[in-house]
Amino acid sequence: MLIDQFPAIVVAAPLVVAALCAIIRRETACWLLALVVAFLSFVGSATMLGQIQEYGEPLSYKMGGWAPPAGIELRVDLLSGYLLVLVSLIASAVLIYGRHSVRSEIKKGLRGLYYAMYLLCMCGLLGIVITGDAFNAFVFMEISSLSMYTLIALGKDRRALAASYQYLIMGTIGATMYVIGVGLLFTITGTLNLVDMADRLGPIMDTPAAIAGMAFVVVGLSLKIALFPLHLWLPNAYAFAPSAVTAFLAATATKVSIYLLMRFIYSVFGFGFAIEQTLIPEVIMVLSLVAIFAGSFSAIFQENVKRMLAYSSVAQIGYITLGIALANATGLTGSLVHIFNHAVMKGALFMLVGGIALQIGTVRLSDMAGVGKVMPLTMFGFVLGGFSMLGVPGTVGFVSKWYLAIGALENGWWWVVALLMLSSLLVLAYMGRVIEVAFFRERPEGAAALKEAPKSMVMTAWVFILACIYLGFDTSFTVGVAEQAVDVLMGGAQ
Amino acid sequence: MPLLAGDVEGMDMEGLNELAFVLGGVNHWITVFLIMAGLYIIVSRSNMIKKLVGLSIFQTSVYLLYVSPGKIIGGTAPIIIEGAEDQLYSNPLPHVLILTAIVVGVATLALGLALVVRVNEAYGSIEEDEVYSDGDWN
Amino acid sequence: MRGHLILRVVSKLLIPFLLLFALYVQFHGDFGPGGGFQAGVIVAAAFVLYALIFGLQAAQKIISPALLEVAVPLGVLIYAGVGVLTWSLGGNFLDYGMLDSHDPSHGQHLGILLVEAGVLMTVSSTMLLIFYAFAGRGR
Repeated sequence: MLIDQFPAIVVAAPLVVAALCAIIRRETACWLLALVVAFLSFVGSATMLGQIQEYGEPLSYKMGGWAPPAGIELRVDLLSGYLLVLVSLIASAVLIYGRHSVRSEIKKGLRGLYYAMYLLCMCGLLGIVITGDAFNAFVFMEISSLSMYTLIALGKDRRALAASYQYLIMGTIGATMYVIGVGLLFTITGTLNLVDMADRLGPIMDTPAAIAGMAFVVVGLSLKIALFPLHLWLPNAYAFAPSAVTAFLAATATKVSIYLLMRFIYSVFGFGFAIEQTLIPEVIMVLSLVAIFAGSFSAIFQENVKRMLAYSSVAQIGYITLGIALANATGLTGSLVHIFNHAVMKGALFMLVGGIALQIGTVRLSDMAGVGKVMPLTMFGFVLGGFSMLGVPGTVGFVSKWYLAIGALENGWWWVVALLMLSSLLVLAYMGRVIEVAFFRERPEGAAALKEAPKSMVMTAWVFILACIYLGFDTSFTVGVAEQAVDVLMGGAQ
Repeated sequence: MPLLAGDVEGMDMEGLNELAFVLGGVNHWITVFLIMAGLYIIVSRSNMIKKLVGLSIFQTSVYLLYVSPGKIIGGTAPIIIEGAEDQLYSNPLPHVLILTAIVVGVATLALGLALVVRVNEAYGSIEEDEVYSDGDWN
Repeated sequence: MRGHLILRVVSKLLIPFLLLFALYVQFHGDFGPGGGFQAGVIVAAAFVLYALIFGLQAAQKIISPALLEVAVPLGVLIYAGVGVLTWSLGGNFLDYGMLDSHDPSHGQHLGILLVEAGVLMTVSSTMLLIFYAFAGRGR
């Protein structure tokens, strides 16, 4: 049956088309090919997710016909299916969105190669999610990271080069830490298959080698996630990358690493050990809370709006990891829901800012005075996105914060709930600053006439903004899948 | 030789164990040294190329970490030869994994160096202090 | 490089053997240590030696960067093409056993050979492209 081949198709198709794009190099042809393959990946992922929901069985694919645990297994369960849908959806949307901004930001001869790199990056991100093999995940991680560094370095500003270099150093340290951890676990278990590794680790989890391996994996992935205080690469990388790349990166890259961290903590090391017998939840909780406040405070003082949103991402990542640290079903649900919700709302906000960057040429707050009057559609979308970040009821931000708060209360941590409320005020401060400048200040005398960004950009961003509101009312997809995925995570452990 | 035998009996077994711990794990000590040396170079140098050298050393530690436990003394390549099917062989999997990791390392190094070349062209310097202090990063 | 008579003669002697050794490593991959990665690097080393002795332009006259830029993705396509072929024969991705309908082990030999050819192509042209990119910079 064809659906049996879907796991391989979803990853291999972007790889093949990336190679094709690198040969063809014509902008329009590459864009069309990329769009088709990204959309096909999305359809494939959604079909697989539907299939798994219906039958309740994870899909397992034997690469090259070699049976796991010896062979590499591609494994799609509810959790990875959920992330696959997210990544391929964002990838397709950003392709539609990015057509104009790529034209204005990237040199003519490089655009075909840009799409090739974009597809490689997408292939890597999908691969991390879909693979059931710890080392294979490292290879896919490096595929996505290397192409990501290249994409960031394509930014117009020369600071993009330095930001990309900084990310390369930090990202490689993170990936190498991860692979050292996997090496230690491999030496004591003799297997790389995640399911098999979990089985074999069970009785020897409290040996020094296993604990050291766990520490390396957790720290390495935390670097990739940009968990405070390992987040220093993130603001520069997001601020100086081309707009389309930023939207894609912000919505997917860190999320995929969070997925891998969840897999390791809950499925491989196991709830009973990693959560109950180590300090991992306490450490992650403290760091998450610090991330929420430090990220939001830094965001308030940024002059560059993309950098402001990047610092806000650091804070939002804090919410997601907080759910991991809460370590109960409700908190984890909140975490998983926020992965999707944050991708949708931050993707939309970066898309809108990209539109502004295209029209006025900068993203500095002082240059955005009065933009709300000449680009009402863009700025109105920004306001709605801001509401969603704030967690106003009826938006997605509210849904995930609600689950996180309930999860914290279940643990009896009422002070975490208080801190969550307080952190929303900070969001109001930094989003409010942009809105104040854009709507309540006059455009400077003699400023060039402005109009809305191209339709394809505004429309794509608005689809996401509307999704923010729709998913705020109808939570059956996000919360529904997340709750089932949490059962998979917690069920594997108990 | 009673004197010698007495010496061995009287010897501190714990001391022997410690010696075995130090010598037996010599590959791991080298791995740890490479990890620390690499990280130290990355943290302490501000020259971008030296940082990449540190990164390379850091990655090299992984190769040793994987390959050394896979080696069995007296083991050969895992190829079945007729007549000698039950020969002792080393586990090939770590080598294959590290081949991949080496390729990843080469790719990372090449990309990093390419970025440094571009940084040098754009800034006229490859000292991090000068590159990052230059201009407004906000 | 008009001078360096000895270097030129010796490298002219060496390069054919380097390429031959690369082919040996490539095809010996079935029976012993070897394969596309190692062979690709040796091939690239031969051309790098040529470029060092006779100059970058002479090397680029033999293999132009434009050709290499096509060869890199083409190697990936050969690799993935084998995967697609095994799909069309009803197997899993890269299930080489499908390539021969009578004896799966023959199919596996064939599959490895094809895949390694793709790897050789991509690795050698990538290494050479990296060399060209750095050597040709700032001239």
